[in-house]
Amino acid sequence: MSNESLTKSMTGGAAETGENVLEVKNLVVHYVLKKETVEAVNDVSFTLKSGRSLGLVGETGAGKTTTALAIMNLVPNPPGVIKSGTVNVCGHEMLKLKPIELAKIRGADISMIFQDPMTSLNPVMTVGNQIAESVKLHEDCSHSQAFDRAVEMLELVGIPGARASEYPHEFSGGMQQRVVIAIALACNPRVLIADEPTTALDVTIQAQVLGMMSELKTKMNTALLMITHDLGVVAKMCDEVAVMYAGRIVEKGTLEDVFNNTMHPYTEGLFNSLPKIDNRDTELKPIPGLMADPTKLPVGCSFAPRCSYATDACRARRPEDRYVSDTHMVVCTAYEDPAFHIEGWQ
Amino acid sequence: MDSHFLEVRNLKKYFKRTRGNVHAVDGVNFTIDKGKTLGVVGESGCGKSTLGRCVLRLIEPTDGEVLYEGRDICKLNKRELKDLRKEMQIIFQDPFSSLNPRKTVLDLIAEPIKFNKLIPNASKADIENRVLELMETVGIAERLINTYPHELDGGRRQRIGIARALSLNPKFIVCDEPVSALDVSIQAQILNLLKKLQKELGLTYIFITHDLSVVNYFSNDIMVMYLGHVVEMAPAAELFRNPMHPYTKALLSAILLPKVNGNPERIQLRGEVTSPIDPPDECRFAKRCNYLCKACSAGTPPLLEVEPNHLVACHCIKPGMNILQEQPHLISGR
Ligand SMILES: Nc1ncnc2c1ncn2[C@@H]1O[C@H](COP(=O)(O)OP(=O)(O)OP(=O)(O)O)[C@@H](O)[C@H]1O
Ligand SMILES: Nc1ncnc2c1ncn2[C@@H]1O[C@H](COP(=O)(O)OP(=O)(O)OP(=O)(O)O)[C@@H](O)[C@H]1O
Ligand SMILES: [Mg+2]
Ligand SMILES: [Mg+2]
Repeated sequence: MSNESLTKSMTGGAAETGENVLEVKNLVVHYVLKKETVEAVNDVSFTLKSGRSLGLVGETGAGKTTTALAIMNLVPNPPGVIKSGTVNVCGHEMLKLKPIELAKIRGADISMIFQDPMTSLNPVMTVGNQIAESVKLHEDCSHSQAFDRAVEMLELVGIPGARASEYPHEFSGGMQQRVVIAIALACNPRVLIADEPTTALDVTIQAQVLGMMSELKTKMNTALLMITHDLGVVAKMCDEVAVMYAGRIVEKGTLEDVFNNTMHPYTEGLFNSLPKIDNRDTELKPIPGLMADPTKLPVGCSFAPRCSYATDACRARRPEDRYVSDTHMVVCTAYEDPAFHIEGWQ
Repeated sequence: MDSHFLEVRNLKKYFKRTRGNVHAVDGVNFTIDKGKTLGVVGESGCGKSTLGRCVLRLIEPTDGEVLYEGRDICKLNKRELKDLRKEMQIIFQDPFSSLNPRKTVLDLIAEPIKFNKLIPNASKADIENRVLELMETVGIAERLINTYPHELDGGRRQRIGIARALSLNPKFIVCDEPVSALDVSIQAQILNLLKKLQKELGLTYIFITHDLSVVNYFSNDIMVMYLGHVVEMAPAAELFRNPMHPYTKALLSAILLPKVNGNPERIQLRGEVTSPIDPPDECRFAKRCNYLCKACSAGTPPLLEVEPNHLVACHCIKPGMNILQEQPHLISGR
């Protein structure tokens, strides 16, 4: 079955282009443990319009998944505490709703593909039935109709429909991930959060899955929040990029802003770390040091201890959001000096 | 013929299952010269790790020869193998599960040194000095000598794995996805380290990965596997410049470059993956191939040297003849 039929088999109309379907404002999330507090998300704000895609990138522990869980109002509590901030999904204040109202919104307005596929699969239910259940959540149809849709969805993600009667453990990790993607897509959500959806997949299958998501975005105007640390995936899929470090967005802008006019030293470091496919001989330049410890964040800029440009001012106080154009934001104290610029990456 | 550092001939490994045999590695041939790196790529389950383990005889091959500096290691007895093992090491993908959580950095690195009695009549201090030396080589700070693996980040744990491998003064290392579980900046540190060690110690590597930009950066030659078979092998630059096998073409076109407008439309594969359990005698890629011709089911295509140093296993590509390019009318397409 082709991607064309993906959109045909979708029900309901496409969303309007350009309306804000996701607004995150000043989000702060901590994990309060016995001995220490993990400051996982520290004042994160962004908006996403329908039909657009935002890539959220950053290294392990940067707070990407926690941000996504907070948007879904699924942060595990305890130990997670949403200290402040608001999340608006298609007009609903997610952090104020009752569980029963949330259940309706999750799946219909917003759905999430989790990083670890087994967390969202039920081990004792066949994959076909699981997809059918999620179809029935937002569509008024019989179980057998829903099951037919489920078989269709499975084939869309490249799994033979005949395997709908198998259980998750009979599938490989990559296949489980595709089932999770099928479940998320079956709901035809207005906002789709995909947390590292293709990390476990082979590149040729990754290409297939990303193709399906693009299709959904252009034809159904689905807004996509793509969490990844693969800058290649971002380049292919996203209109906008937000780079996260130690729970904060340190640079944000259009794909062109962040990739072609990189401003934050951390973003520069990420690019310099990547092997260049067209130049085998350049030495890789890793970012020195380790990811900041989120239980002991410094007073000043969290990246300063690893940053080759850092000055005393960087270490002394928290950097402010600085807009260098309508779309491009960078959070770096060094830019208080108008002559400051990074070395640039090739 | 002049001798290669490593020569693998018709290597096979089948795993028994109730429904039949999994042909994990099925008739693989290659050579590596001293100080060079052979990159092995291919999708999950194509037999890369099994190949790496068979070459070291960590698992017994079903058939074939592995000539290490001219000696067939498949014919060595236990004692001979134990002696040779010191020269041949493996670094695993998962630095978390391959280290005993109850041992300190010192114990972990000292273990292979003690086990193999590398330092005759070694005192505690001798061993500790050797451990410190190795820690310096792989870039772990001295102060971390008494810490446990869970207190360290993934990059440092992988460095411990490398230090353990190096402790035996190996000549040959199989690196099985050594950076796949790591963040990009730590990945870059480890890749730089492995390259530096190769240069300084003259090491020979088999480098297994599914990350094509990493393999290109790291390898002299690249071998592309598909369901237990080698489908293409060539020097790295040549493979990237002129991929010939339809699977390699799809694989390379699926690479996503971190560049704005850097990713034009890609070749999409369709169709079902052939089961590795007793697969039929035909091209194993045929079911997903975008160029399907009559010959595809006519037996397993042999790996032929189609251009100098460039080997391809496809019924449509022979020396001096590439039907995919020259006679597209013979191909049904999909
Ligand atoms: N349930 C939890 N309890 C305590 N700490 C947690 C919990 N979940 C996450 N954390 C911590 O919060 C921080 C942010 O984690 P998060 O999973 O959001 O990062 P991430 O950017 O998604 O990383 P990755 O790329 O590894 O998925 C990390 O330091 C993590 O250890
Ligand atoms: N110990 C084993 N017993 C039975 N089957 C096995 C065993 N080890 C591997 N296999 C099978 O052999 C085939 C090759 O597996 P292998 O682990 O070598 O693949 P790989 O290329 O390393 O994959 P990945 O990229 O996922 O690591 C697979 O079909 C696998 O299921
Ligand atoms: Mg995460
Ligand atoms: Mg493997």
